[in-house]
Amino acid sequence: MTVTDVPKIISSRFDDPVGHTLAGYEATGGYLALRQALGMSPAAVHDEVKTASLLGRGGAGFPAGVKWGLTPADVWPRYLVVNGDESEPGTYKDRLLMERDPHQLIEGVLLACYAVGCGQAFLYVRGEMAFAQERLAVALNEAYAAGYVGKSILGSDFSVDVVLTWGAGAYIVGEETALIESLEGNRGMPRLKPPFFPAAKGLYLQPTIVNNVETLANLPWIITNGGEAFAAMGAEGSKGTRIFAVSGHVRTPGVFEVEYGVTTFRDLIYAPVYAGGIRGDHTLKAFIPGGASAPWFFEEHLDLPLEKGAVDRAGSMLGSGAVVVMDETTDAVKACLRIVRFFARESCGKCTPCREGTTWLENILQRIYDGYGRPSDLDLLLDVSDNISPGIAWPPKQTTICPLGPSAVSPIASALTRFRPEFEAAILRAEEARLSVSVDLPKASARA
Amino acid sequence: MARLTPDNVTVAREIIGRYPRPKSALIQLLHLAQQQDGRVTDEAMSQIAEMVGVTSAEVLGTASFYEMFKFEPVGRYMVNICTNISCLLLGGEELLHHAEHRLGIVPGQTTADGLFTIEDVECIAACTEAPCLQVNYRYFHQITHDQFDELVDDLKAGRRDDIPPHGTLARVRQHIPADRRAGAVTPEDTDVPVWMTAPEEAQA
Ligand SMILES: Cc1cc2nc3c(=O)[nH]c(=O)nc-3n(C[C@H](O)[C@H](O)[C@H](O)COP(=O)(O)O)c2cc1C
Ligand code: SF4
Ligand code: FES
Repeated sequence: MTVTDVPKIISSRFDDPVGHTLAGYEATGGYLALRQALGMSPAAVHDEVKTASLLGRGGAGFPAGVKWGLTPADVWPRYLVVNGDESEPGTYKDRLLMERDPHQLIEGVLLACYAVGCGQAFLYVRGEMAFAQERLAVALNEAYAAGYVGKSILGSDFSVDVVLTWGAGAYIVGEETALIESLEGNRGMPRLKPPFFPAAKGLYLQPTIVNNVETLANLPWIITNGGEAFAAMGAEGSKGTRIFAVSGHVRTPGVFEVEYGVTTFRDLIYAPVYAGGIRGDHTLKAFIPGGASAPWFFEEHLDLPLEKGAVDRAGSMLGSGAVVVMDETTDAVKACLRIVRFFARESCGKCTPCREGTTWLENILQRIYDGYGRPSDLDLLLDVSDNISPGIAWPPKQTTICPLGPSAVSPIASALTRFRPEFEAAILRAEEARLSVSVDLPKASARA
Repeated sequence: MARLTPDNVTVAREIIGRYPRPKSALIQLLHLAQQQDGRVTDEAMSQIAEMVGVTSAEVLGTASFYEMFKFEPVGRYMVNICTNISCLLLGGEELLHHAEHRLGIVPGQTTADGLFTIEDVECIAACTEAPCLQVNYRYFHQITHDQFDELVDDLKAGRRDDIPPHGTLARVRQHIPADRRAGAVTPEDTDVPVWMTAPEEAQA
């Protein structure tokens, strides 16, 4: 097993009882990167981030340095929007970064604004995270008073307000264009890309960089230690470290910062310092490698490194760093149903294939689970899936405005391919139960 | 109470002033109204509409998209139990059923004494702490059925004053002192930010 000894880059203050305070943050190197950056040109700060090859940690894994460069030249103002809406099932890291190390995030926000030239930043925190909102409010108030945020930061000509904003309960608002709609005071419905790529036309149709909390939290370390030091950790296309939340049927579920690209799923799930293996005497049935939107992995994928390219090629994604482990006691139909229900509930309703399709997928799975399934239902599930995401391929094609619709197809494609007999058995049980009761019962087809 | 109190109007104006466009403050003001009244009233929505310069229908249009906003009275304590995948695997549904029996209500309902409302919610980002729940958006990790009963008893007996009534999220708000404020940047502010124009030497 590989447990590398790279330093903790973003979770170093998680166990520090005063790490969230300004004093605690300053005592452990806080705001030194900001001071250093103010002595560099914005372009030089941007270059360090490019050298670091920092991949976005919000799900899509797009390199931050490249994204920053996509803003059209000479179009001002530019905005920064921080995505703290964490709500992909299985994901638990941004909340901790906001609660336990709020100043690290604020410093990251400042570095990004400085490098890109953003005139104002909005820190959008999920509505349900009252404690994170509180910690960030206290931290921002401290940082303003100390001269780190606001007008003429540390006496320089760099000025930026960081505005704390709360969401109000909607998974889809985590999607960047929906987040922008929400920030404009609207229903959180995604915009079509193109033309509404935020870097070109985002908040108020101005160039806008949307970055995830964890992405930005890496910036202070990168500036202090250099992009090269960051890129020396990890492998291939995935540099530095990354936080993974390992949940489900493991002995010691937890949130672990590990070296990207070197550590494997087996390490993460079985190493005693991480999740410690499958609970009790149980065995692995399946695991979700990157949040509910990701296709499932199995035993044969355990030795894949936690590296974007390798996981993409194997047919899934590292997504939001959420590893959900299911042992052999897990009912595949039930697990699949629960995830699909999530997407059906959270569909914003803007596109027909997603709104209708996810609802039908849920209804069909529900009737299979409830014992009213029909033999034709499995093909029907695939047919509906194909309408939402033609070809049911990976990476998914979409007939929808955003990837939420196709995300609902992932668990179905995974579970049905791997555990088809379980679905068939559920349907067969239903048929037999009906046949054995009484010939007077209405036919199965009249039931649902 | 339904319209915002004078104190809350002051808070609302401060919030609006932070955004380049008043409408961007809409969701924040809805939270403020819900903090005051435990839910969002029609009166509050029309007042918010006036404050940010849109119609009441637009306010409702936005508000109704977001699950946290309640338009009918709910319990003093909103008990949100997660049944999404990680919690499902470790007893989230059983916890929900236990809560239903204990409180005698199903998700969406409020107990007759007006104390509790239950919701069956999606992932609340505490997946490694399953099964988990929130009471008025405060976390309770790895909750057993006995612990749930204790929590209910404590809330009934008024022993949990660390949990404010439904509607209150963070108890500390952001406050930007006037002399530290950089100011909202509107889309009309098309000047290049000063620090982006300064010659390299001047920055050093
Ligand atoms: C349905 C959906 C939900 C998303 N939810 C989140 C989220 O909760 N947090 C997040 O950071 N990104 C989320 N994303 C990804 C964002 O759209 C965006 O790619 C990301 O915030 C960019 O930041 P990054 O480049 O730093 O990763 C979501 C995307 C989709 C399609
Ligand atoms: S795919 Fe679904 S969630 Fe995304 S925009 Fe369309 S309807 Fe809304
Ligand atoms: S699945 Fe329950 S908190 Fe994430």
